[in-house]
Amino acid sequence: MHLSGNSIIVLNVNGEDKTVMVKPAYTLLHVLREELSLTGAKSGCENGDCGACTVLVDDMPVKSCLMLAVEAVGHRITTVEGLKNAPIQDAFIKNWGFQCGYCTSGFLMVCHALAMHKPDADDPIIEEWLQSNLCRCTGYEEIENAVKSILSGNYK
Amino acid sequence: MIPFDFDYYKPESMDEAFKCYQDLLINNKKPLYYGGGTEIISMARVKGIVFDSVIDLKGIPECSQLEVSGGKFRIGAAQTLTNIAECNAYPLLSKTIKRIADHTIQGKITIGGNLAGTIKYREAALPLMISDCSLQVMTQGGLAELPFSKAFNGKLQLKKGEFLVSVLIEENDLSLPYNHVKRTKQEKIDYPLITMVALKNEKAIKTAITGYGDNPIILSERIINHKLYNVEQKINKIINLAHSDCKGDLSGSREYKEFVLENMLQEMFSNFEKIG
Ligand SMILES: Cc1cc2nc3c(=O)[nH]c(=O)nc-3n(C[C@H](O)[C@H](O)[C@H](O)COP(=O)(O)OP(=O)(O)OC[C@H]3O[C@@H](n4cnc5c(N)ncnc54)[C@H](O)[C@@H]3O)c2cc1C
Ligand code: FES
Ligand code: FES
Repeated sequence: MHLSGNSIIVLNVNGEDKTVMVKPAYTLLHVLREELSLTGAKSGCENGDCGACTVLVDDMPVKSCLMLAVEAVGHRITTVEGLKNAPIQDAFIKNWGFQCGYCTSGFLMVCHALAMHKPDADDPIIEEWLQSNLCRCTGYEEIENAVKSILSGNYK
Repeated sequence: MIPFDFDYYKPESMDEAFKCYQDLLINNKKPLYYGGGTEIISMARVKGIVFDSVIDLKGIPECSQLEVSGGKFRIGAAQTLTNIAECNAYPLLSKTIKRIADHTIQGKITIGGNLAGTIKYREAALPLMISDCSLQVMTQGGLAELPFSKAFNGKLQLKKGEFLVSVLIEENDLSLPYNHVKRTKQEKIDYPLITMVALKNEKAIKTAITGYGDNPIILSERIINHKLYNVEQKINKIINLAHSDCKGDLSGSREYKEFVLENMLQEMFSNFEKIG
């Protein structure tokens, strides 16, 4: 594959193939927000530190500020818009898992992936996954409670 | 947002990638091999790196292998830290890479990128520095296999246009008793103040550290395993010997790093003593 300048690629986003014009230098975050109007993934640090831009690629969390859109060709992308009433969304509401909400879509994606891949996750695994994201408002405990409430471990 | 344009190439074979790089050079281009892209994207965003084309290595089968076969653990250079840790064929390597960056980014960083990157820590190199390990490198003359110590001297020693294809680790070393400690300035997720790994085989303990100076280094095997020195003497001699490598930085002063290393070594000797 060789792409140069404005190029047309197909991205599979939230189960639908989207044809989009990109430059190779565009990050996935940029294309989701600016070309596809999916503004759920947020731009924070754009340096891999905060996790506000987290989406799922083939069901695994990825910081979309550190991925080129062209790298995502042939992979399944899920954004917070594609969650469509997943249990973690309700769990965040019930457990007061957010305040300003800026970090929330990123946390939702990480927690959703965690529940998918490690439904029996124990405390160290939960901590390991959640440590990829930053929240400046909550004390993290509410977010942890939210994710624990949807895991099948010993938390319910 | 990356503030400049570049071309993107995704070759499907080693030869195609190598030729692509050479052709771009001939045309006065500035190509870069591309692994996970985390360093390239974050540096490009602040114009800290210059290139006009990237050659993504993730489409090359040899760069994506991940298996134990023929007595070796074979890791393609484009394998992500997450996949390597999940397969867990080499627990010391798994443990080390599970402390690089954070869990989400580990799914993007490749082992080739960590070894070849310009960020000085290169934590994934530590377990390779102390095991029986070799690197497969794509060169002008084709695929070459080099002992790790020859191809990596704190930094990957590649000629322009060469790229790392895979890491091969002898199966015998994979299950040896080990020690891993990462100390950071404050947060759990951070670059290391010092990361230390150690392996113990029937003959000797081998130890490597990063964060101490400009590059990862191996600590003197002769002193660590000296029959006549007690633990305190060994630690003093190691710290003296590594004094010129030690550099203070934002994570800690030189004196503090020496103090921390002293404690890490103490812990390492005592851990290995317990297992006999
Ligand atoms: C947020 C963040 C936190 C980090 N934390 C840590 C940490 O705690 N410890 C640590 O050790 N490192 C850390 N790093 C550094 C990281 O491991 C390196 O930047 C690494 O280069 C990233 O790997 P990559 O696959 O994304 O590399 P890329 O960005 O793809 O490439 C980096 C460099 O390596 C070259 N390259 C890549 N693959 C090859 C290959 N196969 N052959 C030859 N050259 C190649 C590229 O040309 C480029 O120059 C961190 C990085 C980030 C972004
Ligand atoms: S915006 Fe991507 S990690 Fe902060
Ligand atoms: S809710 Fe405001 S940053 Fe997390």
